[in-house]
Amino acid sequence: MTLLAAKGVTKSFGGLVAVSKLDLAVEERSITSIIGPNGAGKTTFFNCVTGYFKPEEGEILLQGRPIQGMSPDRITPLGISRTYQNIRLFANMTAIENILVGQHTRLHANVPDVLLHTPRFFREETESKAEANRLLRYVGLEGHGDLLARNLPYGDQRRLEIGRALASHPSLLLLDEPTAGMNPRETAETMALIQRLRGEMGITILLIEHDMRVVMGISERVTVLDHGVKISEGTPEEVQRDRRVIEAYLGRGAASGLAAAAEA
Amino acid sequence: MSDSASSPRPAFRQRLGGNLRWALIAVACAAVLVMPAIDFAQRAYWVRVIGYAGLYIILGLGLNVVVGFAGLLDLGYVAFYAIGAYTYALLAGSQFNIHLSFWLILPIAGLVASLAGVLLGMPVLRMRGDYLAIVTLGFGEIIRLLATNLTGLTNGSQGLYDLDKPLLFGLELKTGTHYYYMIFGLLLIVLFLTYRLDRSRIGRAWIAIREDEDVAQMMGVNTTFYKLLAFGIGALIGGLGGSVFAAWQGSIFPDNFNLFVSINVVCLIIIGGMGSLPGVIIGSFALIALPDILRGFRDYRLLLYGLLLVIMMIVRPEGFIPSRRVQLELRAQAPAEPQTDAPPAEQA
Repeated sequence: MTLLAAKGVTKSFGGLVAVSKLDLAVEERSITSIIGPNGAGKTTFFNCVTGYFKPEEGEILLQGRPIQGMSPDRITPLGISRTYQNIRLFANMTAIENILVGQHTRLHANVPDVLLHTPRFFREETESKAEANRLLRYVGLEGHGDLLARNLPYGDQRRLEIGRALASHPSLLLLDEPTAGMNPRETAETMALIQRLRGEMGITILLIEHDMRVVMGISERVTVLDHGVKISEGTPEEVQRDRRVIEAYLGRGAASGLAAAAEA
Repeated sequence: MSDSASSPRPAFRQRLGGNLRWALIAVACAAVLVMPAIDFAQRAYWVRVIGYAGLYIILGLGLNVVVGFAGLLDLGYVAFYAIGAYTYALLAGSQFNIHLSFWLILPIAGLVASLAGVLLGMPVLRMRGDYLAIVTLGFGEIIRLLATNLTGLTNGSQGLYDLDKPLLFGLELKTGTHYYYMIFGLLLIVLFLTYRLDRSRIGRAWIAIREDEDVAQMMGVNTTFYKLLAFGIGALIGGLGGSVFAAWQGSIFPDNFNLFVSINVVCLIIIGGMGSLPGVIIGSFALIALPDILRGFRDYRLLLYGLLLVIMMIVRPEGFIPSRRVQLELRAQAPAEPQTDAPPAEQA
């Protein structure tokens, strides 16, 4: 079943068309990658899905329900969550507080609850802290919960961002270059984590990634963007062989050279 | 057992430090409470100075919700103080010959100021940082100019005087000591409210907005609602402070509500430590009581005062008592499975 469907999504900035008539379907419980050279419109597409940008044209459907043009805080409770290319944690909050903010839409304590410390307030605080601790452990940050996010090492910050994104119980998780800047060991750990998210939690993953080992290693479907246009789509193997993809990455000359080499 | 052998020492020291701090707080509270009862030469003067510092703590706690928690730089906070004061003056004075009870006007003034806060908040929701500061600065001035020029309502620069004195169980509150205790009581209530807000889902949403508004919204925080809530609650507290001020003075003039009130309140928050409740208290004493403490230096008083502020910001730019985040992880784990946060295996 299709969880997320984009139909003819177009977003431009002034004269620059960042995403042009993009069609994309993400199957439930799949791991789908979006790749493409810098400036291809990958992150812009993420920003359209999460409501940060409103696309000028086209439809974005989550489980058949149109969500384009809704504000991020209304899209999140419907089951979409994300991480950022350049880590954007709440730097002066502790790790566990970052996760508690991620739970925001699932908590309901209002001003009277908070001021009067009603039973609902206590129940929610206890439950949410227990769950935040479970999430910390899940992403491998047990014991670091009371450190300020900005004091965490780089790899831990990336993992905390995933933990925060999980706190809203998403059905679709958008990961924007989750392994950027990681060493091979950290990259392998992150790949394993992403596969666990899908396998154990049943979360559908859509990721932007530049590391081809990651893309080819864990994704079932790959979509290739160049200058805002989808130029190829398919399984990792299909995409790897696609002449247009090689052209986009390496230029036309290289593509024909490689093709000639393959034939020889 | 092996790791529990190494842990008592720091835990003990921490507990001692915690007890010492509480002891100091208790002594300070007791000193503040009994001071007016002690008979000494300048008693009335000091009651007034400390009472005034207490009023600024209330204002600081209110503005701290807006600036310290939600990160919205509001330079026109005096507007809400003025609205609270004028609400009291108009409903408990001879201007329109309305004489409502102080205890009834107090919540009304809070609500009126809070409404003004939300109304100011709505057009500035999309503004951040410097732009927000400029607009709120203008708002503060507008309220002061309205108070000066709407002579039919506010009696202009002649001010409103002979305001009613509040009654408490038949006792007319008129001495400095009465207001000293009234301010102390209101201060405790406001401290309690802002403390609880800080340590909740609401406080976390505010701080998330301060840290990164876009991401906070992505995490599902309705930023519009929470910013207006911060403006509303901050303004409410300012309005309460204004009412108490009007009742205490017995007369108010537009000049009581000039730009320097806003600047002082912002300064005391920064000096105390942004977002920190004890910081507001220390900052207020430093900023409001210090000029009076320095009176012995006569003509050099303000020079010395300015110098101290400059040194303070160089030595401790994060404020006297920087805001500290609560330790949540260990506290939440403790009842279920103590000692899970054991050090790495190599130490065993």
